[in-house]
Amino acid sequence: MRPSFVLGATALLAACATGRPATGPTPAPESSVRATVPFASTYERRSDAAVLIRDATVLTGTGTELARASVLIRDGLIEAVGPDVAAPAGVTVIDGRGKVVTPGLIDTHSHLGVYAAPGTSAESDGNEATNPVTAEVWAEHSFWPQDPQIPLAIAGGVTVIQVLPGSANLIGGRSATLRLVPARTVQEMKFPGAPYGLKMACGENPKRVYQSRGPSTRMGNMAGYRAAFIEAESYASKWKAWRLSQKGERPPRNLRWETLAGVIQGEILVHNHCYRADEMAQMLDLAREFGFRIRSFHHAVEAYKIADVLAREGAAASMWADWWGFKMESYDGIPENAALVEQAGARAIIHSDSPDGIQRLNQEAAKALAAGRQAGLSLTRAQAIRWITSNPAWALGIDDRTGTIEPGKEADVVIWSGDPFSVYAKAERVFNHGWQVYDRSDPSRQPTTDFHLGQTAPGVGR
Amino acid sequence: MRDMTLRRPWAARAAAGCLVLALAAAPAAGQTIAIVGGTAFPVSGPKIENATIVIRDGVISAIGAGLAVPPDATRIDAAGRWITPGLMHPSTGTGLNGVVAAVREGRVSGDLSAAFNVLEGIDPAAVQIPIARAGGVTAAVVVPSGGLIPGQAVAIRLAGDRVEDLVLRSPVAMRIDLSEGSREAGGGSRAGASARLRQVLRDAGVYARRRADYERAEMQPLAAPARDLEALQPLLRGEVPAYVAANRASDIRTALRIAGETGIRMVILGGAEAWRVGPALAQAGVAVAVDPYDNIPSFDGLGARPDNAALLRAAGVTVLLYESQAGGPRNLRFAAGHAVRNGMAWEEALRAITLAPAQAFGLGESHGALAMGRAADLVIWTGDPFEFATAAERVFIAGREAATRTRQTELLERYRTLPPRY
Repeated sequence: MRPSFVLGATALLAACATGRPATGPTPAPESSVRATVPFASTYERRSDAAVLIRDATVLTGTGTELARASVLIRDGLIEAVGPDVAAPAGVTVIDGRGKVVTPGLIDTHSHLGVYAAPGTSAESDGNEATNPVTAEVWAEHSFWPQDPQIPLAIAGGVTVIQVLPGSANLIGGRSATLRLVPARTVQEMKFPGAPYGLKMACGENPKRVYQSRGPSTRMGNMAGYRAAFIEAESYASKWKAWRLSQKGERPPRNLRWETLAGVIQGEILVHNHCYRADEMAQMLDLAREFGFRIRSFHHAVEAYKIADVLAREGAAASMWADWWGFKMESYDGIPENAALVEQAGARAIIHSDSPDGIQRLNQEAAKALAAGRQAGLSLTRAQAIRWITSNPAWALGIDDRTGTIEPGKEADVVIWSGDPFSVYAKAERVFNHGWQVYDRSDPSRQPTTDFHLGQTAPGVGR
Repeated sequence: MRDMTLRRPWAARAAAGCLVLALAAAPAAGQTIAIVGGTAFPVSGPKIENATIVIRDGVISAIGAGLAVPPDATRIDAAGRWITPGLMHPSTGTGLNGVVAAVREGRVSGDLSAAFNVLEGIDPAAVQIPIARAGGVTAAVVVPSGGLIPGQAVAIRLAGDRVEDLVLRSPVAMRIDLSEGSREAGGGSRAGASARLRQVLRDAGVYARRRADYERAEMQPLAAPARDLEALQPLLRGEVPAYVAANRASDIRTALRIAGETGIRMVILGGAEAWRVGPALAQAGVAVAVDPYDNIPSFDGLGARPDNAALLRAAGVTVLLYESQAGGPRNLRFAAGHAVRNGMAWEEALRAITLAPAQAFGLGESHGALAMGRAADLVIWTGDPFEFATAAERVFIAGREAATRTRQTELLERYRTLPPRY
C-alpha cells in the first residue's frame, strides 16, 4: 500500500467490508415463463495438451498428502492421481520432483473487476450505496474483465473467485462465481452451473453509510433485513400461487424480491459479511425465521468465539489470516482464528477481500496454519490447504466440480516451486479446467490485460 | 552506552509547537546476559555460527564465535536458533497501524504541518506495541501523514512505560508528500505542490537568515507560520532527511531535483516506480523505502512491480522495506521474505529491516546490528525469521527481555475451549 493512500486504503477496506453478491444461472421464480437464463454463461473450456505431472508431492484438498505421486490431466479433467499413473501416448510429462501440487486456489471474497485497478472513482463499481437493500443489483454487471489485477491473481494460483458487491448495504446484491481466465466479457468467465450468491452485511458499514436515513444502529440493520425478507416471502407466495393456478395476470416481476425469493427457495447462497460473534448468532436466527441457510460468514473475525455454533449450524467461516483492529468490529481478531474454527469441526476458509491478498492466499493460509501450530493445535498442511481450495469450493456450491485433486474433477491445478506454505514459494504453472493459463517460465503463457499495453514496462503486471 | 539520548541541537530555539522532551536513556542497568550457541546474523558483518552474545547494561558488550561466558552472566542456550538484530519498521502510523479511528493520531488538519511532531500522540500502553514485538519488531519509525508536509517522524523502541522511555530520536525526518496525495495541497496539480514546497523551503531559509526582521515584522509575509519555518531548520541544516512519498518516476525525479537545488537529504517513501530511476537515486545517495507487496498499477505508479527492491539493490540504491497490511507491523519479516521471493538477496532483505533504516534515520551507530557497543535489541528465532513457521522465541530491547504476551494471547486462551469461562 502506498503512503499517499494510507487513509484512502482504510476507506477502501471499509468499502470492501461493505457489500456484494452475484450468482450464476439459477432459475428465478418466473423462470418458467422465460425461455432462457438471463446473462447466461458463455464460458468454453480451452483445450490443451494432456499433461502428466510425475513424482510430485500432492496436497489433494481432501485432507490427504501424497508423496511421489502423479497427476494426469486430460480433456479438462483430472483423470488419475496416485503413485502409479501410466503415461498415455503423446502426453506432456512434467517433472514434479521437489514441487508441490495443489488444487487451484478459490477465493470466496473478491472485488476484482468491480473495484478495478487503476483505482479511479470511475471504476468504483462495487457498492450501489443508494439504498440499504439493493438485492436487485448483480455484481457481474459491474465486472470489468480487463482489470489488470486479474493476471496478478492468476499468477498467485487462483483459478476461481466469487465476485461480490461491497458491504455498504444490508443486502448488497448478487455475487458471481467466475473462472479466472482472460476474457472479453464476464459471461465468458461465469462458472457454468454455479449457484448465485447473495451479499449481506452486518454491523458497522451499513449503519455508517445510511446514518441519516437509517439504519443507523445494529437493531436498525436487523429490522431492515426482516422487512426485506417479509416482502420477499409475499412476492414468492404470489408467484407460487400464480404458477399453480395459472389464473389471472402474471404477477409483475421485481428484481429485488426475485433475488430474495431465490434465497428463501434455497437456490441462491447467502454470503454474509459479519465480524462479531454475537451478530453471527443473530443472523443465524434471522435465517431460521425466514427458512434459509447462511452458507458462509465473511470477515468472520470473531468466528473463533462461536466455532462450535458454526460447526453445528453448518455455516462456513471465511476469514483473513490475521487482519485486526482497523475498525472496532475487527478489534478482537486473532491469528489463531482459522485454526480454532478448523479444530471445532467447522468449515474454515481463508479469503482475501483484497487485490493484494488474493495474490498470496497461500501465504495467508500459511500464517494461519503457523499461528495454530504455535498455539499447540495439531494441524497438517493437508488440512490447511483445504482452507483455500475445497472449503471455498463448498461455500460456492461448486465442490462437486472443483476444489480437490480427484479423478473426475475439473482440472484446476497449481504446481508450486516448493512448499506452498513457505514465504518463498511461487506458483510455477496454473491449470484452469485443464488449460495451462499460466507458466512462470514462459511469457507466452502469462496473460496481460489491455490496460497494460503500451503503458507499463515488459514484465510488469505478470 | 552511546547515542541513546536525543540529539536536539536546535531545541533551544524550538518555537512553540515543537516538541521538546528531556530524554532519558532507558538502560537496563545491572543484568548481564549471555546468549550462547545460536547462529547470529549481525548484519554489520558475516554470520557467526555458535555465537556468544554478551549483553551488559543494555548494550552488546561482546559478540563472537565460542566466546567465554562471563561468570556473572545469565546464560541463555540458543542452540539451533537464529539470532538477528531487532527489526526496525521504517514506516508505521502513530498507533502502529491497524488502529481504530479512536486512536489515530498521525494527522493534524491543514496541509503544511512541519511543526507537528507525532511523539506525544504515541501511547506506550497501546495494545499494538506488544503485538508488533511478538513479530520481532523492536523499533519503529512513526510517521505522520496527510498534506504536503505532514510533519515530523520519530524513531521509537517498542518498550517502556513513558514516551521518554520509547523515544530513540525525535525528529528523525520531515515527512513530505510529492505523490498523488499532495495534489490538493498544490491547488490540484503536482506542479503546484512542488512549487509550493520549493517556496516553503526557500522561505524557511529566509526566515533563518532574517529572524530579527521577521520578529519586527519588517519583511514580506512568508509561505508558512514561524513555527513551521522553525521546524524546517533541522532539515535545511542536514540534521534530518526529508522522508518524501513519491511513486511515479517523474515525481521521484522532481524530489531529486528539489534535493539538488536545496541540498537537503532525502529518503523516498513508497517509490513504486523507483526501479526506473535507480542510477539517479544511487548517484544522489537517496535511499528508498519499498513496500514489497506493491505491484498493482495506478496512475500514481503504473510501473509498480514486485521486484522493485531487487532492481534497486542491483542499481546500488539503499533499500528499506516496510509493509502496511491490515495484519500490522508484526508481519514486517514476511514482507522481507516476499522481497526475497521476488529476487532480493536474503542478507539484503534483513539489512533492509534493520541496519538500513537505522542508518537512514540517524541511528546507524547505535542500532540495527549485532555489534559491540550497540543497543542490545535482538531476537532469538526458532529458524529463518522470514518463514511463516518460524516464531520469535525471545525478544530483547535495550538488553531487557520484552514481553510478547498480547491481548490476542488472552483472547486465544479464553476461547480455545468453548464455551469460554468469563
